[in-house]
Amino acid sequence: MIDAVGNPQSVLLLGGTSDIGLAIVQRYARQRPLRVVLAARPSARLEAAAERLMTLGCTVHSVPFDARDPNGHQTVVDKAFAHGDIDLAVVAFGVLGDQERAWQDVQVARELAEVNYVAPVSLGVLLAERMRAQGHGSIVALSSVAGERVRRSNFVYGSGKAGMDGFFLGLGEALRPHGVRVCVVRPGFVRTKMTDGLDAAPLSVTAEDVATAVVEGVRAGKELVWVPGPLRWVMSALRHVPRALFRRLPM
Amino acid sequence: MGAISSGLPRTLTGWGRTASTVAKLVTPTSTDEIAEAVRTRSGRGVLARGLGRSYGDAAQNAGGLVLDLCGLDELHSVDPDTGVIDVDAGASLDALIRRLLPLGLFVPVTPGTRQVTVGGAIAADIHGKNHHVQGSFGNHVQSLDLLCADGTVRTIGPDREPELFWCTVGGMGLTGIVLRARIRMMPVETAYCVVDTERADNLDDLMARLAEDDHRYTYSVAWFDAVATGARLGRAVLTRGWNATRDQLPQRLRGAPLKFTAKERLSAPPVFPNGLLNRATIGVFNELWFRKAPRERRGEIQTISQFFHPLDALRDWNRVYGPRGFVQYQFVAPFGAEETLRRCVERISSSPHVSFLNVLKRFGDGNPAPLSFPAPGWTLAVDMPAAPGLGQLLDELDEWIADAGGRLYLAKDSRMTSAVLRRMYPRLDEWSRIRHSVDPDGVFTSDLSRRLTL
Ligand SMILES: Cc1cc2nc3c(=O)[nH]c(=O)nc-3n(C[C@H](O)[C@H](O)[C@H](O)COP(=O)(O)OP(=O)(O)OC[C@H]3O[C@@H](n4cnc5c(N)ncnc54)[C@H](O)[C@@H]3O)c2cc1C
Ligand SMILES: NC(=O)c1ccc[n+]([C@@H]2O[C@H](COP(=O)([O-])OP(=O)(O)OC[C@H]3O[C@@H](n4cnc5c(N)ncnc54)[C@H](OP(=O)(O)O)[C@@H]3O)[C@@H](O)[C@H]2O)c1
Repeated sequence: MIDAVGNPQSVLLLGGTSDIGLAIVQRYARQRPLRVVLAARPSARLEAAAERLMTLGCTVHSVPFDARDPNGHQTVVDKAFAHGDIDLAVVAFGVLGDQERAWQDVQVARELAEVNYVAPVSLGVLLAERMRAQGHGSIVALSSVAGERVRRSNFVYGSGKAGMDGFFLGLGEALRPHGVRVCVVRPGFVRTKMTDGLDAAPLSVTAEDVATAVVEGVRAGKELVWVPGPLRWVMSALRHVPRALFRRLPM
Repeated sequence: MGAISSGLPRTLTGWGRTASTVAKLVTPTSTDEIAEAVRTRSGRGVLARGLGRSYGDAAQNAGGLVLDLCGLDELHSVDPDTGVIDVDAGASLDALIRRLLPLGLFVPVTPGTRQVTVGGAIAADIHGKNHHVQGSFGNHVQSLDLLCADGTVRTIGPDREPELFWCTVGGMGLTGIVLRARIRMMPVETAYCVVDTERADNLDDLMARLAEDDHRYTYSVAWFDAVATGARLGRAVLTRGWNATRDQLPQRLRGAPLKFTAKERLSAPPVFPNGLLNRATIGVFNELWFRKAPRERRGEIQTISQFFHPLDALRDWNRVYGPRGFVQYQFVAPFGAEETLRRCVERISSSPHVSFLNVLKRFGDGNPAPLSFPAPGWTLAVDMPAAPGLGQLLDELDEWIADAGGRLYLAKDSRMTSAVLRRMYPRLDEWSRIRHSVDPDGVFTSDLSRRLTL
């Protein structure tokens, strides 16, 4: 159960090696140790993440998960819930990819669409079914400012995020009467392995900053969290910039 | 029976309005319907709910079935000689007081609100201002009918299956459903109390006054200021008294000494912002309240509702904490652990978390129930909005209280851990063993039992 002050007792991290996802889980674990399920493609990175959480006192299970294998999603969710209720599920997997290749190479485009949109929808539906039956739970969906107004510079990634963002906002509405909350998180530029080697955009933050905002957002029952907070105002202004001008902005 | 299987999904919280979950809620109107609901429950179990006045998650069962027992509230009989009543578990103490006070019978234990059911009073083994002399609610139950997981109804009491009886008292609904109980009421001559009020300048003064002559009073409690710091830390207003006899009443009240008067309940407006109760507003209120109280006043006549249930005059007052809700934190620290009590009060007063309703009282002896809360010592209750950082503060206090041999009250808890619970209730294993013998599959389940792996 998530208690009155926002402590969950169990967390499922879909994208079990995500820097942001692990920062969120560790933030909770430092308050109180908890049961963690890491769903990810098997790797040394995954093992190291499990190890780190165990030293914080957590019980950790790993479940093999490939976002591009839709037929396996049901099994992933069944395994994740096999040890009891999941209080909080974090949907953190995603790929940025090479944006110029992405709109010109159908294979790359398809991977981005599958990982950033199709798989989150598929898992969202499966998580919703489980959590409805539980009568409680929270889902955190890592969207991005890139989906708020899709830009020329990364529109394949951005369009996937726009789609999943809309899906999880809608899912939150659908699940409201069933005791399940959905929190959509829109970070700006976060320095993680996903953005390694890229020049940091203005207002860039760390995975820990995102974790702090998410923990507080879940505790307060927020439906939408921007990181950093002021991005909300920047983006709502940008949203209304005429297309001709928007095109010329250096972003 | 159609109504039972098609219970509607309902969002439920406790009085603190935190950690809401959804369950199927049904309101049975007969014991047959209750038995039917228990028989046809889903895998997520079933739980009885009374008036939902526990503060945390004790009366919730996410994804399962919750039976609102308030539809079962008949008063079957009253024995005028012994004062023993036979009543359905869904009856409220409010209804009992209204019905029985004119007959010269008062509830043996009343909490700070009349809006609790007999079932909830037994399941939480509630205490009142008279705990130091008359013990908790379970001490006044002669016997009760418990619907168990296997569908049987057992009549149990302190001399009949005492182990199961004492596990049901304070058992938070997890041994079965209390259908009906025989309770010894207390004879009174009037519907009034004689009250002594005095002010204490600080926590030491307060504890000294309570320790000195509490035993002279049937009822005793102190409200203290949790915002003042330094030399005024723990300044307080003590109100202590007895049930008034007819001779103690002024002439004008003697004509109808048992007339129960409780003001019409006003509803608090439904929408309050978060943060309405903050250090500034509470500080001002506390100052006024403290100043308004007489330094000392003896022998004042107050009505039962004035003395016991001042909050009942305002319905839904819990909404003033705003949509985020609040946490009530109540613990008992054994006599001898006064330093721990002081440390806790200091820690709360110096934290950014302000508490508005703060109560300090001395408990007398406990009873045989393994999960009953009251034990000899000092009990302190504070109310705090569920703001960021509150969890860490209370986790810290938990450790101090467990170290000192104290414990938290399950009917108010909404955030402690299973590890802390195990330290605070050393007889938990005994309780679990007996509960397991009557409910091996954990049919009776609550959010609290899931959270604390009970
Ligand atoms: C303003 C206020 C002041 C209070 N003051 C005090 C006080 O001074 N002293 C004190 O001890 N408490 C106090 N309380 C707490 C309150 O007395 C307890 O929480 C009590 O259990 C509430 O009864 P309820 O009928 O609302 O039960 P609920 O809150 O609905 O349920 C509480 C528990 O009882 C179980 N239960 C209810 N009915 C049955 C049944 N028929 N069979 C089996 N289990 C059942 C539930 O499963 C749950 O575990 C106060 C609460 C408020 C809001
Ligand atoms: N970093 C940013 O600036 C930023 C900004 C806004 C939003 N976000 C979003 O935040 C989320 C977390 O990102 P991050 O910064 O933590 O990056 P990250 O560390 O790279 O995490 C992304 C994770 O997705 C996993 N993944 C990729 N393809 C997968 C597949 N086919 N199957 C299963 N897992 C797959 C990766 O797992 P492997 O270990 O198996 O590769 C990786 O651990 C992502 O959704 C991202 O889009 C990031």
